[in-house]
Amino acid sequence: MRIFVKLTSSELRLFLREPLQVFFALAFPSVLIVILGSIPAFREPDAALGGLRVIDVYVPIAVALTVAMLGLQSTPIVLAGYRERGVLRRLATTPARPGALLGAQLVMSLLTAVLSATLVLVIGRVAFDVALPGQFGSFLVVFLFTAAAVFAVGLFIAAVVPSGKAANSVGTALFFPSMFFAGLWTPREVMPRILQRIGDFTPLGAGERALHEAATGHWPNLLSLTVLVAYMLGFGFAAAKLFRWE
Amino acid sequence: MSVIEVKNLSKRYGETVAVRDVSFAVEAGEIFGILGPNGAGKTTTVETIAGLRRGDGGSVEVLGRDPRDPELRTLVGVQLQESQLPEKMSVREALELYTAFYPQPADWPALAAELGLDGVLKTRFGKLSGGQKQRLSIALALIGNPRIAILDELTTGLDPQARRDTWDLIESIRDRGVTVLLVTHFMAEAERLCDRLAVIDAGQVIALDTPAGLVAAVSAEQRLRFRPSRPLDDRVLTDLPEVREVRHHGGQLEIIGDGNVVHAVTALLAANQIIAADLRVEQASLDDAFVKLTGRAFEE
Repeated sequence: MRIFVKLTSSELRLFLREPLQVFFALAFPSVLIVILGSIPAFREPDAALGGLRVIDVYVPIAVALTVAMLGLQSTPIVLAGYRERGVLRRLATTPARPGALLGAQLVMSLLTAVLSATLVLVIGRVAFDVALPGQFGSFLVVFLFTAAAVFAVGLFIAAVVPSGKAANSVGTALFFPSMFFAGLWTPREVMPRILQRIGDFTPLGAGERALHEAATGHWPNLLSLTVLVAYMLGFGFAAAKLFRWE
Repeated sequence: MSVIEVKNLSKRYGETVAVRDVSFAVEAGEIFGILGPNGAGKTTTVETIAGLRRGDGGSVEVLGRDPRDPELRTLVGVQLQESQLPEKMSVREALELYTAFYPQPADWPALAAELGLDGVLKTRFGKLSGGQKQRLSIALALIGNPRIAILDELTTGLDPQARRDTWDLIESIRDRGVTVLLVTHFMAEAERLCDRLAVIDAGQVIALDTPAGLVAAVSAEQRLRFRPSRPLDDRVLTDLPEVREVRHHGGQLEIIGDGNVVHAVTALLAANQIIAADLRVEQASLDDAFVKLTGRAFEE
């Protein structure tokens, strides 16, 4: 346990030394909310969004974005880089197992995601009067499920790519369609039905839909939760099977 | 008492046989060298001893245990080839982190001072020189106060001065009572440091002795080279009982033989009124021992 805490704080310190990662994971989702919120039209109720304002819709999207940034971008790059550079192999010769470093990296990413999402919610509430999630407990649970599903995909990427560079390419290639279905460019609510349907079966599409529901005071739908659990178990299991320490 | 015992180890990767048949035992308190050219199977052997791989055949015991026994991780310190740290981790952070891994760690500031790392504690791994990285790597291998230190190719890529400093360091490690298993492909390093050596080639141990013993095994052999003032028939030379082999290198002759070959050949040349220009008599070294053992030159 002491080793795990030490590794986690070490991972956190290393993360904070990567300005780009820190910006995109911690600041960018909040910056997005500030930019969208400063456009007056986005603060007016919109009939197309069922009477919600654009800024209301974008808060859960920005929360999903924090998870995507960490799970599809930083985590796979860091872990594949560690394997490429022999960091994991070196750890395998010490009493700290390389699995502990993997766990530490995930815990660090989750803490960062929680912090970044909290920033988004607080800025939305304080600056633009976006109501805090109506179903706060459900929102938290859906957030954790989404993080678990996306991190499982990230671990899978780290397991199958040969290098940090390759992890970057694959992660980026997945990041854009994933965030598209999560509504980063067009909110899910105004997407054509067919795209909504496809999005329901992607981890971030499902996660964002359930986050949106919990944020607006509804129970998250069962399909989205099932999809999230399926990704979590499917990719988590495959990653555990395929992950190589060297 | 043996602290490492390897018996008939074999390991293949698909079609390639990395280790064919390796056996040796390392005694407590010695510096034991594994010497061989690149691709001889040294690293695979050592990684099996370090518990990172499992052999296909034979057995390996470290301190009487299976090398994969988790308890050994606190008793064996390992410095691996091409094993790095995160770029932005500082020397101090690495030392503190690795200290936390072990139940009875060494005092890291003292260790850092001994390894000449006290001036770069705040420097990040990515900014260290090759020699500093190697010294940090050695420090991390020793930080758990191990009984055995496994050091793989640790002077590769170092400049001659840094290499000599590292040699002194390894001797000081042994002087603290730590058994050292050293993997190298540098003859000079093996000759200078090792109490005993296993010479590995093509996945097999082809000799196991002290460096002096290995040289002694070939030192009965004498070798002389010269440029004869006029050609002479090889047969005249090979007819001498002392001559074992005659080789031609352009206009130069190399004669290998035993005991009194130098005297016998010079007497023959004098009788035939041939002058031996550029005459050189060569003494055996570990390189010669290697050539004799493998039948080919040692490539670095």
